[in-house]
Amino acid sequence: MANPKEAVKEKSMVIQKDMLAKQFHDLSKAKELGKKVVYTFVPGNLIELILSFDMLPVYPEINALQSGMRKKSGGFIKDAEKMGHSEDVCTYVKCDVGMMLNGNIGPTGEKLPDPDLLLLSYTGCFTFLKWFENLNRLYPNAEVAMLHTPYQEDGKITKDQIEYMVKQLKEEVIPKMEKVSGKKFDQSRLTKLLENSVKAEDYWVKILEMAKNKPSPIDAYFAGVYYMGPINTAFRGSDECVAYYKELHREVADRVKNKLLPVTPEGEMKEERFRLVVEGPPNWTNFREFWKIFYDMGAVIVASTYTKVGGLYDTGYRQDPKEPLESLATYCMGCYTNMNLPQRVELIEKYVKEYKADGFLINSIKSCNSFSAGQLMIMREIEQRTGVPVGFIESDLVDPRYFSYANIKNRLESYFQMLAQRKIILKNEGVTV
Amino acid sequence: MNSLENILRQCEELAFDLNFTRAKKWKAEGKGRVLVGYLPIYIPREIIHAANGLPVGIMGAGDRKQIIKGDAYYQSYICHLPRGIIEMALDTNLENFDGFLFPAICDCVRNLSGMFKLTKKGKFQRYFDYPQNFEPQIGGTFYKQELEKVMDDIYKINGVKVTAEALNKAIKLYNKNNQLIEKIYSIRQEFPWRLSAVETYHLLRAGITIPVEEHNEMLEQVVVHISKERGEPMDNIRVLVTGSFCEQPPIGMLKSIEMAGCYIVEDDFMLGSRWIQGNIKDNTADPLEALTDAYLNQSTFASCYYDVGNPKGKRLVELAKKRNADGIVFCAASFCDPALLDRPQMQQECDAAGIPHINFQFHENTGQFKVIKEQAGTFSDSIKLWA
Ligand code: SF4
Ligand code: SF4
Repeated sequence: MANPKEAVKEKSMVIQKDMLAKQFHDLSKAKELGKKVVYTFVPGNLIELILSFDMLPVYPEINALQSGMRKKSGGFIKDAEKMGHSEDVCTYVKCDVGMMLNGNIGPTGEKLPDPDLLLLSYTGCFTFLKWFENLNRLYPNAEVAMLHTPYQEDGKITKDQIEYMVKQLKEEVIPKMEKVSGKKFDQSRLTKLLENSVKAEDYWVKILEMAKNKPSPIDAYFAGVYYMGPINTAFRGSDECVAYYKELHREVADRVKNKLLPVTPEGEMKEERFRLVVEGPPNWTNFREFWKIFYDMGAVIVASTYTKVGGLYDTGYRQDPKEPLESLATYCMGCYTNMNLPQRVELIEKYVKEYKADGFLINSIKSCNSFSAGQLMIMREIEQRTGVPVGFIESDLVDPRYFSYANIKNRLESYFQMLAQRKIILKNEGVTV
Repeated sequence: MNSLENILRQCEELAFDLNFTRAKKWKAEGKGRVLVGYLPIYIPREIIHAANGLPVGIMGAGDRKQIIKGDAYYQSYICHLPRGIIEMALDTNLENFDGFLFPAICDCVRNLSGMFKLTKKGKFQRYFDYPQNFEPQIGGTFYKQELEKVMDDIYKINGVKVTAEALNKAIKLYNKNNQLIEKIYSIRQEFPWRLSAVETYHLLRAGITIPVEEHNEMLEQVVVHISKERGEPMDNIRVLVTGSFCEQPPIGMLKSIEMAGCYIVEDDFMLGSRWIQGNIKDNTADPLEALTDAYLNQSTFASCYYDVGNPKGKRLVELAKKRNADGIVFCAASFCDPALLDRPQMQQECDAAGIPHINFQFHENTGQFKVIKEQAGTFSDSIKLWA
């Protein structure tokens, strides 16, 4: 491993760090700055629309994952359980409720502002609905807007569904935003933001696809969750977002040129032994330890489904600035967890083949039925369709009680052994891998 | 007229016939008939009836089927209902069904629709999305389109175009069904000993596996029977059970609650059959509009529907008052996110209204009820003591 300091030097990281710091600073000063605050969810988020009204977004899921990384989630979850929440339910919700019960202090230690608008852009997960009903009770004075995103039941997005969403945008969401922000909807502003989104989306897809190189220059899961931050959350549409992805693209392209491997918290990987496709969100409470099991074994994640929760662009979709509302509708419906099970299987199959993966691994999250229900079937389908060894581990997003390091490590070690053996067999049979 | 005992025996058999023999027989008896299975909670069954179909409620395997393959499809931390249903689908139970509808209730059921698609069970497998927008021009239009998709699925199988006349006729039949069920609930409200909760459950569950005409006849006879005295009143408290709208509580559990001194005077077990409150217009030129209007404006409440502006907790309290319930039993399936995430808020509403409550969790195949019986007994005693 190289000197860890090298890793932190990358310019894109600095840009992202500054973006986030500013974002949380603005949030802590929102009331002074006269900015209105919108609480909303990552999948199918309407960030361009929010920014077009000069409002600031807060993503409760991001707060939850940050709490997980800062080892605060365990306590928050217990507090939510004390107020009556069941042990069985999604821990993101409980973590968020617990954080609010504890003063709603954000990742920078500053208090997050209360919402002026609760924007339930409910895409790909039923629990969002419940989460918002809970938030609505915690913040009875906030305005509430609902955007129901139909599921891709038939494996496609239909004209009727787009019309349904556009009507909701026009008659429910935009009027509420106008009311809260005190500003008129400005379509030309939205168009401009969407033009930026397209630029960022183009770079993002190019970056992801560079993992098709051997060796892959990036880890598309563990590092992928950092890379996806700006486009999937508060910044898509902004100039900084374009600048970030432009820089990241340049850095990753350089890595490809120099045949460098992914950067990890302990510096650069030196060997790519296994290429994996991963399905499911990561664990946040033990994120570093979890990642380390992989890079210590020379396992690189070349494609992941989790990085597509905030939008799926690598199958060709781009925002369309000429038809902004239709475009937002299509974007919302296109997110990964809004795809039906056969579509998810097809996408993963494509990843395994196109990224020349040696294996497919599922990290099944106890909390998240949206992802998890059906994963065992996905696993068998992928095994049949691609022939690569499949692996299955279980953990949770932010509940430390469900992360068993020893268990996961054991399972992964056996899995990597299986991958290694297969490589030997394939080599003996003269198959190039 | 059939004796009540005979009707109830027949219902018990029908309710738990996981091979749906009666429904399959119905299909075999006529040309162009289709069987459409639907999962909890609500499907407007009228459109299936009007298309020469029989809607059949698939409420899970309960404790009546050993799960062998199903566990290989669902992780241990996912509720029981979908694993029982996939077991039935992979076995022969659902053979001869033409299609399946998966109402938008939660992500487990949603993804189960994908499993049916991947395993190609039935000729169609449709996730039936509900609008979460209740404006007629927005959510109403969307809902109508969802109805049309189902009618189109059936049309592709039997070529039947649904007419306004057939749909109005179906609406009339289901209105009657609804009225009779409500009649039974209102009789039970006053005289809960005349028909036990388990008997009521059998009666309603049987109804979703047979033609509505037959169920209506049964219900009519039951109404006559229980309009007369039957059984002995006991010194029981009256409870409302909530949270079991999808995965169904085991019969043993209902028995235990009643034996512990609680009459169940209201519940959400067979909620789909009681979803629409009141009648749907049955004589309009556009019955699809009537069904849509009923969905938007006459739906009851459940955890899978957006309730900002009309909170479920308040509606629960109103319902408990209407039924004159002494207490509420929160009774959700383990790992049921929708029901469990609603629970704290609903309990707060109960506290605010001074309605006592207790809380259980179950699996449809739970076999031990000792603890539940004890808790229900203590609950009943404490209410009697403090009332
Ligand atoms: S169920 Fe999954 S997608 Fe939904 S809120 Fe929880 S973690 Fe997020
Ligand atoms: S019991 Fe609850 S979690 Fe399970 S399928 Fe039904 S609604 Fe979903």
